[in-house]
This record gives sequence, structure tokens and C-alpha cells, in this order.
Amino acid sequence: MSAVTSTERLQRLLALVPYVVSRKVVGLAETAADFGVSERELVDDLNLLWCVELRAPDPYCPIDLSYEGGEIVVSQAESMGRPLRLAVDEASALLVALRMLAELPGLEDRSAMSRLIAKLEAAAGEAASASAQVAVQVDLQGDGTEILAAQIRAAIAAGRRLHLRYYVPGRDEATERDVDPMRLLVVEGRPYLEGWCLRAEGMRVFRLDRVLALTVLDQASAPPPEATPVDVDQGLFRPSPDDVRVELELSAEGRWVAEDYPCESVSDLPDGRLRVVLRTPDTEWVRRLALRLGEDGRVIAPPELVAEIRDAATAALANYVVLSAAARGPPAKTACRGAAV
Amino acid sequence: MSKRKTERLLGLVVCLLSTSRYLTADQIRQAVPGYPEQDELFKRMFERDKEDLRDLGVPLETGLNHPFDDDPGYRIRQQAYELPELRLEADEAAVLGLAARVWQRAELAGAAAGALLKLRAAGMDAADEQPAPQVIEPRLGTPEPAFGPLWEAVRDHRPVTFSYRAAGRSEPQLRELEPWGVVNRHGRWYVAGWDRGRDDTRVFRLGRIAGAVKFCGPPGSVTVPDGADVRELVRDWDSVPREHTAVLRVRSGTGVGLRQHAVSVRADETGPPGWDLVTTRFADVGSFADYAAWFGSDAVILDPPDLREAVIARLKGVLA
Repeated sequence: MSAVTSTERLQRLLALVPYVVSRKVVGLAETAADFGVSERELVDDLNLLWCVELRAPDPYCPIDLSYEGGEIVVSQAESMGRPLRLAVDEASALLVALRMLAELPGLEDRSAMSRLIAKLEAAAGEAASASAQVAVQVDLQGDGTEILAAQIRAAIAAGRRLHLRYYVPGRDEATERDVDPMRLLVVEGRPYLEGWCLRAEGMRVFRLDRVLALTVLDQASAPPPEATPVDVDQGLFRPSPDDVRVELELSAEGRWVAEDYPCESVSDLPDGRLRVVLRTPDTEWVRRLALRLGEDGRVIAPPELVAEIRDAATAALANYVVLSAAARGPPAKTACRGAAV
Repeated sequence: MSKRKTERLLGLVVCLLSTSRYLTADQIRQAVPGYPEQDELFKRMFERDKEDLRDLGVPLETGLNHPFDDDPGYRIRQQAYELPELRLEADEAAVLGLAARVWQRAELAGAAAGALLKLRAAGMDAADEQPAPQVIEPRLGTPEPAFGPLWEAVRDHRPVTFSYRAAGRSEPQLRELEPWGVVNRHGRWYVAGWDRGRDDTRVFRLGRIAGAVKFCGPPGSVTVPDGADVRELVRDWDSVPREHTAVLRVRSGTGVGLRQHAVSVRADETGPPGWDLVTTRFADVGSFADYAAWFGSDAVILDPPDLREAVIARLKGVLA
């Protein structure tokens, strides 16, 4: 462990004595693993505890322990036999996470969840109250997601393949695909299905609120050996160096783009404007984004995309010209037939 | 890390835990090895040590053994120090393991790990924390730098100031807030509370806070009113009911997203072939115009007129 402060080490030491006491005897290796330290660091900790000495009124050593043969035994723990109670941050970190879990769709073990919350609240006492001030709401877009999540969990448990009708907004496309489901992820309050997509022949992550229809197939789920779950802690969406580099300039009103999409770089310009660079394998959604932003966002590069966006805006505007002509009377309406479609 | 300091702090905790009487600073200096001889140095070091222990959550009590004592003394009551008896069943430990992983790389990750350590110290078996197979993985991030100081402010009931760039404003403005709570909604963090400048409740998105969040009052100087529901404040701020109706012409085979939430979709018999008439509900003109523009030349707003103008303005803005 690197750069541990004195108080962090003190926390570990205060937990170490009751850890051993509650187990009566425990191996060095197992203890080191549970505390996330090396055996050498652990032995240093044990030596330090053993050396604690109080000098007054009479000199004595409050802690006696041994770790002979790799087995730790604490024979005297004085008043340190129990762990320190949970601090406000500690109680809150667990309780906030637990209350979020309790809201998750498709989670089966609700009884263990509520028993645990009750026990922790009781144990944390006053420290638990601050946790009420942090809330995490899980993004459930209607009851549909809850049902989907339950179906997916059942399919994972039964080892069955799924058929999805899945919406891709960037292409405005409803796609049909078979997926061997592996996990339900909930990242930033949004539920996802992670699985092996037979159409893409790769691991894919699907947002549940974009699943238009789901069928559990009779076929067994059979993800290939190379199907390994993504490390969610590295982020769900990682750009690849082969992706197209898109440069955008955003007005103050368009700054949300930098908050909502993962950007390679963001730099401030005068008047609250921003210049952002992002990478994407498919620029169609950027074209759509540019139409949505109007004058609040301008794509600077690549030039092909700039031209494509101008064409798209021109075509969309032409629809409106034809439409207002159509509204004026029957002759113009015939004229619009050729132009609009 | 200083080993001597760790030893001294450990000695201090053990010493104060094993006394039922209050010990004066001088008695502590006699009992705990590692304090300097010089009075001034000792005083300063002892002050820092007390602060460190309180930061760790050690309930350090100050008091007098007799009303006529001159110097205050210190002690740690065993009962206030100890984690109460806590027995977790294997299925509870499994849920706990899942909860602790939620914060993995976020602001409260260290706190979650610290809590697990204490629960293991209380006898929980670490093997129970890993249920197999793991089919659900929840994660929460706190990428906004404002999360840490705001969480502290909420926890300690302290008012804060920060500059805030409201949506669409080019210049950030200085705000003074009595924070009541932090809420994550749809993956974004918000803080809700009493805005002293506006004299009203306000909600702020953490991602729009520019620069540092500063405390502007002592701990305990903010009172959260009874019945204040921060979740509801954020929900109200974030959602507008869909009370308007729009009619669109949508090219056949396109506009999947528009059709998905539509009230009705039918063939457009009076219009040009190849288009459907889609009727849908929306909350406000601005955000629905944003959404409709996304579909480019595959969607045309027929009604209402202000919505149609808003989409046309966006498209013209692209060409400007």
C-alpha cells in the first residue's frame, strides 16, 4: 500500500485487534488479504501493536499477541476487542448504496436487503442520519424496464438466449438481434444488459429503456470463451483510436454536450463557449446532434461531416418550404409530391 | 507516514479507552510515550492528535472529574467507541459486498472500504461478500469535483459558496447556499437547499459548478427544515409534465423514437405518399424542438406553429 497516512494506518490497527479476537486464531495470509496489505506490512502492524506501552500510573503493555507459525492469536486486547463504530461517511457510503440497490429492477433478494439496512442503521446510530441527505434515484422509464430486468434475470438463471428488438437512436434504427445474456449492469442509475451479441459477434451493452421488445428463446445461451464482461470501473464506453475525430464548437447553451458525451478534450473559449473533441466509430449521431444544436453547436472537423450536416439541414428545411406551400391550396399540394419525398 | 505518530495515536486511544476517569493533558503526557518535553510543542501536538482522532470518528469526551477541577480532562467511553453487536447472515454479507462495490472509483469508495474493514473486524466472513455468480453489477461515479466538498457541507450542516453557470448563461454567478442534500437523478448529481441570495429553495447541477466550493459558515449552522424532501425538490426541478400535443409528418420506416412514445400513428391520406401522421405529447417547445430536429428531413412538424418555428430556427442556425 503506498502513501498511507498515520491516521489511515491507525484505522487499520484498530480494526486488526478485533478482527483477530473475533476469529480467535487466524492465518497471516488470510488476514493480509482481507486488509489489502502484504504479509510483511501485516507483520509490521502486529509488531507495532505488540510494542504499545503505557507508562503511567504503572508501566504496562496493553496488547499481547503472537503470530508464531503463521497463526495470529491475541491473548490480551485490553479495551480494543471491538471495532470502532462506523463513521458518518462509512455508514452513509453503505446505506446510500443499499437504498439504491433496493430500488433496482429485478433484484430478487429484497429480504436480505431490508434486514441488512435495518441492522446497519441500528449499528450506526446517529451516524446513519446524514445518509438520508444523499439519495440516488434509479432511472426507470416506466414499468417496462422492471419487467425486462426480471425477464433478463430469469433468462440468465436458466441459461437461455434472448432475442431483442433494440433501438439505436444515433441511426434511428430498430435492430433485431440474438444475445446471450451475461449480466445486468446498473451504471449511474441506468440499467443495462451486457451480453454476447451474435449479430455483432462481440460483447455489447444494451440500455434497457431502448429495448423495444424482448423474447426469451428456447435455445441455450452459449457465449464463446472469448466473451468476457467489460470492467465497468473503466467506463462503459471507451473510444478507440481508429474512431473518427470530431471537433465541435459549442455556445454557452450547448455546453451540456460536454457533460453528456465522453470527450477526448474540452477547452474554454471566450463568452462561455467551448471547443470539444470527441471520437466515434459512426458519425451519423453527430450529424443528428448538430441539427438538434442549431446555432448552439458547430462541427469544425472533419470537413466531410461538415458538408453532410449542411446537406441534411437544407433537406429538412426544404420539407418545411414545401409544407407551407401545401398548406395554401390544392395546386401547390401536387407540387409538393415530387419535392418532399 | 510517520510510524512514531501512529504509535503515539494508538497509545492515546488505548490510554483513554482504559480509563473511566477523565485524564488531564498532563496525565496523558505522563502515560503515553512519544510526546515532547517542551510545553508549547506538546500542546500543539496534543491539539493535532485530538483533531485527528475526532476526524476518524473516535468519540473523545471532555469533562471534569470534580466541579472544582481546574483543567478539563479527556476520556473515551467504551460504549460510545464500540461498534454495537452486529451479526450478519451470509445472504446479508453478500448484499453488503455488492453495496460496497457500488462506489468503486468514486468519492465515497474509501469510506465504503473502511466500513467493510470494521464489519470484518466485527466477525463478518469476507468470503460471504462474494456471491457467485455475479449477475448484477451496480456502479455509481462522482466525476464532479464539487461532490466531495458538498457532501461534507451537507454532512456537517455548513453553508457554502460557489460560482454556478446556469444553463445557457455565459458568465458564472456567485451563489450562497445552505445545502440540504445531494441527489443523483438519471446519472447526474444535484444539490438542493436554501439559496440565500434568492431567498428561496434552489436546485443546482454539480457539473455546472465552476471552480471551488467554499465553506462560508461553521459546522452546524445550517438547519434542514422538517419535511424537506431533497429527492422531490430535484424531481420537480427536473421534470415538466407533457401537457402539449404535437402533430408531425414522419417518413415511413423512420422516426422509430418518435413513434415509440406516440399517441397515434396513421397513414397520411391527405399528404404526400410515403409519410405517416404521428400525434405525440410533449412537455415544452424548446426540448421537443431539439428532439424533433434530431430526425432531420425524416420528420416535419405540422402543429403547433411555435414548435414548427422552433425547429426551423434550429435548422437555419445550422446553415447560418
